[in-house]
Amino acid sequence: MFRRLPEASAPTVRLSVEGRTIEARRCDSVATALLAAGIDVCRTTPVSGAPRAPYCMMGVCFDCLVTINGVGNRQGCLVRVADGMTVAIQRGKRELGA
Amino acid sequence: MSAAMTLGAQVVHDGYDVAVIGAGPAGLVAATRCARAGLATVLFDEQAAAGGQIYRGVTESPLTDRSILGADYWAGESLARDFAASGAQHLSGATVWSLTPEREIGVSVGGGSMLTQARRVVVATGALERPFPISGWTLPGVMTAGAAQTMLKSSAVVPDGRTVLAGSGPLLWLLAWQFLNAGGKIDAILDTTPAVNRTAARPHLGGFLRSPYLSKGLKLLWAVRRRVRVIGNVTEIRAEGEGRLARVVYRVGGSPDTVRLDVNNLLLHQGVVPNVNLAMSVGIAHHWDEVQACWTPTLDADGASSVDGIFVAGDGAGIAGAEAAAARGAVAASRIVRELMPEALLADAGSDVATLARYSRGRSFLDHFYRPAKAFRVPTGDTIVCRCEEVTARQIVDAVAIGCPGPNQLKSFLRCGMGPCQGRLCGLTVTEVIADARGVAPEEVGYYRIRPPVKPITVAELAALPKTDAAVKAVVRV
Repeated sequence: MFRRLPEASAPTVRLSVEGRTIEARRCDSVATALLAAGIDVCRTTPVSGAPRAPYCMMGVCFDCLVTINGVGNRQGCLVRVADGMTVAIQRGKRELGA
Repeated sequence: MSAAMTLGAQVVHDGYDVAVIGAGPAGLVAATRCARAGLATVLFDEQAAAGGQIYRGVTESPLTDRSILGADYWAGESLARDFAASGAQHLSGATVWSLTPEREIGVSVGGGSMLTQARRVVVATGALERPFPISGWTLPGVMTAGAAQTMLKSSAVVPDGRTVLAGSGPLLWLLAWQFLNAGGKIDAILDTTPAVNRTAARPHLGGFLRSPYLSKGLKLLWAVRRRVRVIGNVTEIRAEGEGRLARVVYRVGGSPDTVRLDVNNLLLHQGVVPNVNLAMSVGIAHHWDEVQACWTPTLDADGASSVDGIFVAGDGAGIAGAEAAAARGAVAASRIVRELMPEALLADAGSDVATLARYSRGRSFLDHFYRPAKAFRVPTGDTIVCRCEEVTARQIVDAVAIGCPGPNQLKSFLRCGMGPCQGRLCGLTVTEVIADARGVAPEEVGYYRIRPPVKPITVAELAALPKTDAAVKAVVRV
């Protein structure tokens, strides 16, 4: 569970996550935007199907893998949010063609 | 420089005098110094903005109250500013996925890749948080304390709800202090620093008392302990919940009973270790540092490695903190400028060496005092070691029992270390679990053999690499 500090600028970017619109700040990574919006499961594992959330936020652990604008296996912590971006929870392995 | 290519709207040349990998303090200073001397310098960095992890977001943080992160953090601003004015090229969002002993670099930007060449390379890939393999550490709701700090620095986002910090090390107290400054609430700190470490650290106390770390450290400890319940001598921690973290269960000392805390966030930290994957992949010699319990590249005083023309600077060369990292970047740059531009007028490197010495003093005390307990480095039973492939400690011990001698063989047994993180997060744990099961030193067990691509890229991206005529003729039937 996370919250945004009120002292900083207001969120201005909108992205669609699993059909739901969330707001983010321009400097947010996708992973941060998801967590700040209360979405704390960003993928399920290919091995057991267990739910996972971002763990390291610095590009090491790959637990923040999501599908961004139709492309799977993107590291959510390394990709900046952008207006109109579409993000999907990645279930298991990346689908071919995604 | 002859040819150039545009990747993700950024121009990459096919040759540079100096390529620096990583935009933390060491990389920024190394690139700044080389570029100022007149060398064609490029800095590749995975993040969108300069700063690395320690100065993450320093040029664009939405935080307006500077007292939240403290003056040491904002010191990174001048490094980033000097770098921006140095004439070095900054390739942001750039993932380096290969480095050869001939200093050919494979880099991916915005989904496209190319190969480039440098006469000297500075690997400044920094540190990562030491794995903290406890039962339940893969549950959503559990993350590293550094991860939460990254969200604070770059996005002004703080943990909410019931929050517990657990672990050991100087950074744990800094993070706690910053969360409190930001108006965050910490319900408890579970301190796992082993009591026996005091004895081991005592002979190193002299240097620490004369180091810059003493007054800073005491101030932090005092400020945090005044406001947070700190539970010391914690010897066991489990994270529990159904599909999500619901509670932390811990044990103090040898107590027969465990204690339960209902929580929303568990933030783990037990120190940082060099991020060695890229350096290992190019064949740079490494050794096991028994005190820091990690692999460290074997370097000369300037940071030159066993591979000709390749340097390692910063915490990737051995953990010593941000100030020492910047000094190491400067020292490596001085050597490179001397080698490539003997005619250049060099600023005296004496002050960099003095800074390095000043910030190296006291580190051995910290290393001994905060050496993580074996119970938190060498997990047992059903605790997951390899998060990607979901391999448990028991599976590894069982594989050793039927003859698996090391991490590389373990891949064939269990796929351990073969997921997308490529062993970054489990490598140290795997080495120590196997060493413990075999009853030998970690040095003898070794590490994963790291091969390029050291970061996953698609086959399509590889196939689209620009090809020479000779390469095409080698595979096309005429």
